[in-house]
Amino acid sequence: MSPNENEPGVQGARPTEAELSERRNRLARALEEKTAQAEGQKSVSSSGTGQGFAQAMKLSTEFVAGVLVGAAIGWMIDKGFGTSPWGLIVFLLLGFVAGVLNVLRSAGLIAEQHDRTRDG
Amino acid sequence: MANDPISQFKITKLVPIEVGGLDLSFTNSSLFMVATTAVVATFLILSTSGRGLVPGRWQSVAEMSYEFVANTLRSAAGNEGMRFFPLVFSLFMFVLIANLIGMFPYFFTVTSHLIVTFALSMLVIGTVMIYGFAKHGAKFLKLFTPDGVPPVLFILVTPIEIISFLSRPVSLSVRLFANMLAGHITLKVFAGFVTSLIAAEGLGIMGPVFSVLPLAMTVALTGLEFLVAFLQAYVFTVLTCMYLNDALHPSH
Repeated sequence: MSPNENEPGVQGARPTEAELSERRNRLARALEEKTAQAEGQKSVSSSGTGQGFAQAMKLSTEFVAGVLVGAAIGWMIDKGFGTSPWGLIVFLLLGFVAGVLNVLRSAGLIAEQHDRTRDG
Repeated sequence: MANDPISQFKITKLVPIEVGGLDLSFTNSSLFMVATTAVVATFLILSTSGRGLVPGRWQSVAEMSYEFVANTLRSAAGNEGMRFFPLVFSLFMFVLIANLIGMFPYFFTVTSHLIVTFALSMLVIGTVMIYGFAKHGAKFLKLFTPDGVPPVLFILVTPIEIISFLSRPVSLSVRLFANMLAGHITLKVFAGFVTSLIAAEGLGIMGPVFSVLPLAMTVALTGLEFLVAFLQAYVFTVLTCMYLNDALHPSH
């Protein structure tokens, strides 16, 4: 990939200042595109291309963690206020929802919390 | 050594210590934690002692690990996040070296115990909460009240967001622990097949011949485990950075 080879101004005579700056701009643009591409690939691979196992592990733990934490909170509320079994029921359901939210977030299907709040 | 795939995770007391009814014994797990820290410290002290302008091999590895973590942290939490660099770098190096030390035969894998990884992730979440409240005060709670949601729905959305936030240390620790545990059990099971096939009476000469198959699997799994050891340390670090980002910028 050498973009300068076929250009008329480059052969023989020294390139003028305008040509040089034009070339600089073009190279900078190309470099920017390359870095953007590389970063895009990096973020894709970190979320697990070719690593189906890692992805599955990640999503399942996210979901299970939500349900477990919800159940634990509900159980503690029941224990504290003697509202058994309503705290467990309500917070298990909320935990289920939170687990689904976790999964959707870590799968990148909806915006991350900080991305969303940053815009607002 | 028995073929029991679980016995490798057994904690044995090396130096029994008991303080006020609490069991504070120095176990094999503690030994390998100390070993991990010692390896990390020795590696970094020795490799950076030369401080050449043109880095040697070891210094180059140390610089690479620094830049790797620094880039991860910067891209997730911005330049402000660099004030957490010591914490994140220590976590990354500890988890990575603990995972890798666990790959030696007969060595103990510290990160294959849930309580260890849970302690690490509680450290992260504790830092996020303390720093978040210290820096933003009550504004940190905006994390639980997303913008663009009608206030009526906060009664439903806020508990969900709180559960989602509290489930982070759980999923962070369970993921690392489960990966290490599952990997080491699988490795041990396949390695056990090799010996039991060779020792099998009924198969005669075919036993050792068939035992090549699980042996090949063990070799392949060992490679995969090295990948997992690195990947999980990386995942732990990335998620740490993302949570720290929440502490730095709960809302903007």
